[in-house]
Amino acid sequence: MTADATPVRTRSLGTLRSWMRDRPLVPLFILLAALVALLEVVQPGIVGPSFVSNTMRFAVPLAILAACQTMTMLTGGIDLSVAVVASMTSYVMATLVGDVGWLGASLLALIPAALVGLVNGIGVGWFRVHPLIMTISMSLIVSGAVNVYARMNIAGGTRVPPEISWLGGQDLLGFLPNSLLVFIPLAAIVLVGLRRFGYGRLLYAVGDNETAARLAGVRVGNVLVVLYVISAVLAGIAGLIYAGVIGSVTGRLVDPYLLPSVAAAVIGGTSIFGGRGGYAGTIVGALILTVLVTLLTVLQAPEAVRQVLFGAIILAVAAAYTRITEES
Amino acid sequence: MTEAAGTEERGAGRGAAARGLIGRAMRGDAWTVGLVAIFVALFVFTKLLQPAYGLDALAIASLPVAFAAVGQAIVVISGGIDLSMGSVIALTNVTSALLLMNAPELSVPIVLLVLLIGLGIGVVNGVLVVVSRVPDIVVTLAMLFVWAGVALLVLGSPGGGSVPWLRELITGTLGVELLPRALIVLLVVVGVVWIPLRRSRLGLSIYAIGSDQLAAFRSGVNVARTKIVAYGLAGLFASLGGLSLTASTGVGTPIPGPYLLLSVAAIVLGGVSLAGGRGGLLGPIVGIYILGLIRADLGFLRVEPAFSTVIQGVIMVAVVMVGAYLTLRRRTA
Repeated sequence: MTADATPVRTRSLGTLRSWMRDRPLVPLFILLAALVALLEVVQPGIVGPSFVSNTMRFAVPLAILAACQTMTMLTGGIDLSVAVVASMTSYVMATLVGDVGWLGASLLALIPAALVGLVNGIGVGWFRVHPLIMTISMSLIVSGAVNVYARMNIAGGTRVPPEISWLGGQDLLGFLPNSLLVFIPLAAIVLVGLRRFGYGRLLYAVGDNETAARLAGVRVGNVLVVLYVISAVLAGIAGLIYAGVIGSVTGRLVDPYLLPSVAAAVIGGTSIFGGRGGYAGTIVGALILTVLVTLLTVLQAPEAVRQVLFGAIILAVAAAYTRITEES
Repeated sequence: MTEAAGTEERGAGRGAAARGLIGRAMRGDAWTVGLVAIFVALFVFTKLLQPAYGLDALAIASLPVAFAAVGQAIVVISGGIDLSMGSVIALTNVTSALLLMNAPELSVPIVLLVLLIGLGIGVVNGVLVVVSRVPDIVVTLAMLFVWAGVALLVLGSPGGGSVPWLRELITGTLGVELLPRALIVLLVVVGVVWIPLRRSRLGLSIYAIGSDQLAAFRSGVNVARTKIVAYGLAGLFASLGGLSLTASTGVGTPIPGPYLLLSVAAIVLGGVSLAGGRGGLLGPIVGIYILGLIRADLGFLRVEPAFSTVIQGVIMVAVVMVGAYLTLRRRTA
């Protein structure tokens, strides 16, 4: 990089590019480190144990929601119902907790989530409805249904049980949020599953070339039905954890996380056209977005400027990443 | 999927191809005719429920989202999608409201300026899609934040004003009840922009790049320029949506409404293929009016708003499932 002669410089840049292309996680980690460094410059002393724990605490639900996007995007789809499903799950859990305890309430609340996923999957997999339309329509239905449920439940009230608050809002050793206890096994299953399990490879196969996968005997429709159920259940788990982070619920608690969940998967290098990408990049993408939000908050930018910068940075990162990793 | 269907038709010989073409044209028309029939039935039903409800109320309420659906339809036909539509409507809405409050005497230049701003925003979206090589859906997702932020910068809270002639332009009817002004404005504007365009080389290119970008490129279509034009038009129609919002409400609101969801729903209902290259603008407009009537009917039937959202969603899911099922049957038959 520091060489004076132009040809040498071009060659070293080219080598650097091909090196990065083989290791797509490296530029993401560099960006993350740069953002953290910038944060430390803007507000010296902010980077410490509580910063680490706060960042991870907010990144965990986002990373789980982004897992839904990563997996559906690998098949060439997208799941825009994850945020409302997460809100619904946390809300239903908080209304049931008085009757059946925190574990029972959490498990019961995941049932409607799975049902939403099943309907999504049947629409996308069997009826071949465009995933964008299917999941947008389902989010309309779900958000309406949550409102109706809330109207019926006014007397019942909502409560986030201490166990869920412990999971979402407290730390081990002062800098590791307890939600990692759920997230690490979950992320490991997704990471290993996508690479090693037959089902994970089917997702890549379907996204890469659906016709070829079908001719090879893959029941594409059934693969997709299962995928959208998994996606909805993961979204529900993210909702439960986020309820613990915040400590209270509303029917729209997780809704603002929808577009960031897509952005995290995109920044992490998963192609929205399917067949390319993975979960490791998505996790780093979720961390980058969380640090970015912190940075914009610390800069005390007004909400309007924050939104503009957020959008511009997502676009810039996605464009740069496309250039670095695309095959020349 | 559409490619596979195309190959089969080509392989089946020339006669079958011609028949397929005619069949497709008739199917396209049949879809729109069916939509109009559904609309008429719904309208009669609405009249029975609430005799005072006129077409003009529906046309005014649906005007902004109808413009949004038209813009979205053009982008989708060209093979893209514009998620930033709602934000651009909000931005042009607050810009026009702010300018009209401060300088009502300059209302005509202001309206033209806002249309130009909308066109410019659309062109920026299109250039970013072309230059960044990032998928449309991601670029416009990012721009959704950007334009919404700019709208907040222009006007921090609802405010601004309007001028009377803008409101008069879209209120009431042209003599007969079946000719509400808002509908005339919509049809005239869309007709003036779209009919000459569709018959031109550029219009054909928009369909071509949506149908098969590589084939269009190899036949000499300037893909980048055509994409930018499609997004520019979407921006222009979004600004028309913003202006009609200013005209009908008299204020500017910096928070985007549910236009994205409604516009996408309407174009799917209107027979525009999300895969690109197929459909027209009449279907989406009828689709918007059908969705508007359903909402009005649910109101007249005193259905709770939350429950009415559920019903609208169920109707949308049912329609797209039946539509997709029919496409599937056709393909396998």
